[in-house]
Amino acid sequence: MSQPTGPASRGHAQTQPAPPPEALEVTLTLNGSRRTLHVAPWTSLLDALRLHLDLTGTKKGCDHGQCGACTVLVDGRRINSCLTLAVMMEGRTVTTIEGLASGDTLHPLQEAFVEHDAFQCGYCTPGQICSAVGMLEEGHAKTDDDIRELMSGNLCRCGAYPNIVAAIRQVMDGQSKDGGKP
Amino acid sequence: MRAFSYDRPDNVDAALRGVAGQPGTTTEAAVKFVAGGTNLLDLMKADVMRPERLVDISRLGLDRIEEIGDSGGDGGLRLGALARNADTAYDERVQTRYPMLSKAILAGASAQLRNMATNGGNLLQRTRCYYFYDTGTPCNKREPGTGCGALTGVNRIHAILGASDHCIAVHPSDMCVALAALEAVVRVSGPKGERIIPFADFHRLPGDTPHIDSTLAADELITAIDLPAEGFAKHSTYLKVRDRASYAFALVSVAAALEMDGQTIRTARLALGGVAHKPWRDPAAEAELAGKPASLETFAEAARVLLHDAKGQSHNAFKIGLAERAIVRALAEAAGVEHP
Ligand SMILES: Cc1cc2nc3c(=O)[nH]c(=O)nc-3n(C[C@H](O)[C@H](O)[C@H](O)COP(=O)(O)OP(=O)(O)OC[C@H]3O[C@@H](n4cnc5c(N)ncnc54)[C@H](O)[C@@H]3O)c2cc1C
Ligand code: FES
Ligand code: FES
Repeated sequence: MSQPTGPASRGHAQTQPAPPPEALEVTLTLNGSRRTLHVAPWTSLLDALRLHLDLTGTKKGCDHGQCGACTVLVDGRRINSCLTLAVMMEGRTVTTIEGLASGDTLHPLQEAFVEHDAFQCGYCTPGQICSAVGMLEEGHAKTDDDIRELMSGNLCRCGAYPNIVAAIRQVMDGQSKDGGKP
Repeated sequence: MRAFSYDRPDNVDAALRGVAGQPGTTTEAAVKFVAGGTNLLDLMKADVMRPERLVDISRLGLDRIEEIGDSGGDGGLRLGALARNADTAYDERVQTRYPMLSKAILAGASAQLRNMATNGGNLLQRTRCYYFYDTGTPCNKREPGTGCGALTGVNRIHAILGASDHCIAVHPSDMCVALAALEAVVRVSGPKGERIIPFADFHRLPGDTPHIDSTLAADELITAIDLPAEGFAKHSTYLKVRDRASYAFALVSVAAALEMDGQTIRTARLALGGVAHKPWRDPAAEAELAGKPASLETFAEAARVLLHDAKGQSHNAFKIGLAERAIVRALAEAAGVEHP
């Protein structure tokens, strides 16, 4: 079986496999600022955020795409940061829970989660809120059943679901009333 | 995760050079493409897959959804291999001309995962068999020759059709079930140029080589999936039966598509998910429907034909009856026939 080749020698016959690089450079826009970091290729975006960038708001629940605790926004779209590599984020715009508020003013969804008591332990909450931001941006949810279906990628072991739906509903209704984004 | 090296080419030729010279099929390759990463990275964390190098294909410009031919939609639709599952399912042309496909995609995974998952990656996602994931147990798919843990173990989610003594795993995709019913075509680029693979020939049955999932070679790249012009928009549906209402793999799923002449079925397509190593189609069951009145009796007879050779294991025999009822209900919904 042929050996993997290093970037410099790609496409040429080669006898020695290149050793896996220790760290690759990635530049991305993170919560509004341009950041450059050096990470091993096998670092997930989630681990890069928590371990390299000190942004521990994004949580690790399952590390396998099954719980949604690690949800962040990439180029405005919600994804699971545990199943993406940091090196795949070159040039992308990443928004985490830390990037949603403007100064001391909470994002309307953060406000609504507080108002509706939409959490107990709070572990799933950053993922729930980022996911809800992404869902409202996508614009496919109309009914409470749509909210439940389109938020099904975010589990809450405390079972705060009814209040989560109510919080999202409130922001959704507010949006459609004044026809604009929060 | 084990160490690996990483490259991010920006065109198809460079991506193909990255995997050039690898023998065998894509399942066994040491250099692998990574698209959305949602299946491959999961399996690498579980130490089930151990590529030495990943070639990131997300920037190749293969993420478009385009008309085939220049006519306004009667030539079919080309789904880029790197188009995201969510963008495909919500594409207006897919929703109006191929509603069964849109429904199937939206029945799978979660909104976050569908935002990451690509059409090519969906085809090549691997089984969710617990023994395949658990490196402490035997599995002929993961490590050929070690045996099948599921045959004598817990096999509630396993195959009832087309299985072998070596493997009873099922293909977990929803999207692929609809693509099988639509008779989509997989477009592939490799060292010898382009080739097309009819959907029925893309995935394979386990036989005595269950470690090979598909007929794609290790040095080939999927570039697109072509949908034929006929989308069965009037009479089709996708029905998924699972353990919870959302975010769970299918126990049984059915893609049903009909062409009708009044109340008579002209032609039928029927594909099942969650029951075999590949999306399951049975020409005899489809022939059984052709020319018959659209009635619950007709549908039940087709279900009997399709499941005639079904074989249950110790925990999954319930799937046979479940599949029968799911077929009847899906056909009834597609035909607009009232059902219990
Ligand atoms: C928790 C969870 C729940 C899920 N539930 C469902 C469900 O209910 N239904 C369902 O259908 N799916 C489900 N999925 C699976 C999901 O749909 C797949 O993981 C996804 O479609 C894979 O696409 P990807 O782009 O992320 O593939 P990747 O993980 O990037 O790649 C998968 C494989 O395909 C190969 N590959 C990718 N693109 C190409 C290409 N263009 N050419 C050649 N090779 C290629 C890669 O080398 C790799 O081997 C679930 C996944 C998770 C994690
Ligand atoms: S930590 Fe990513 S989905 Fe659970
Ligand atoms: S608030 Fe505890 S998991 Fe959701």
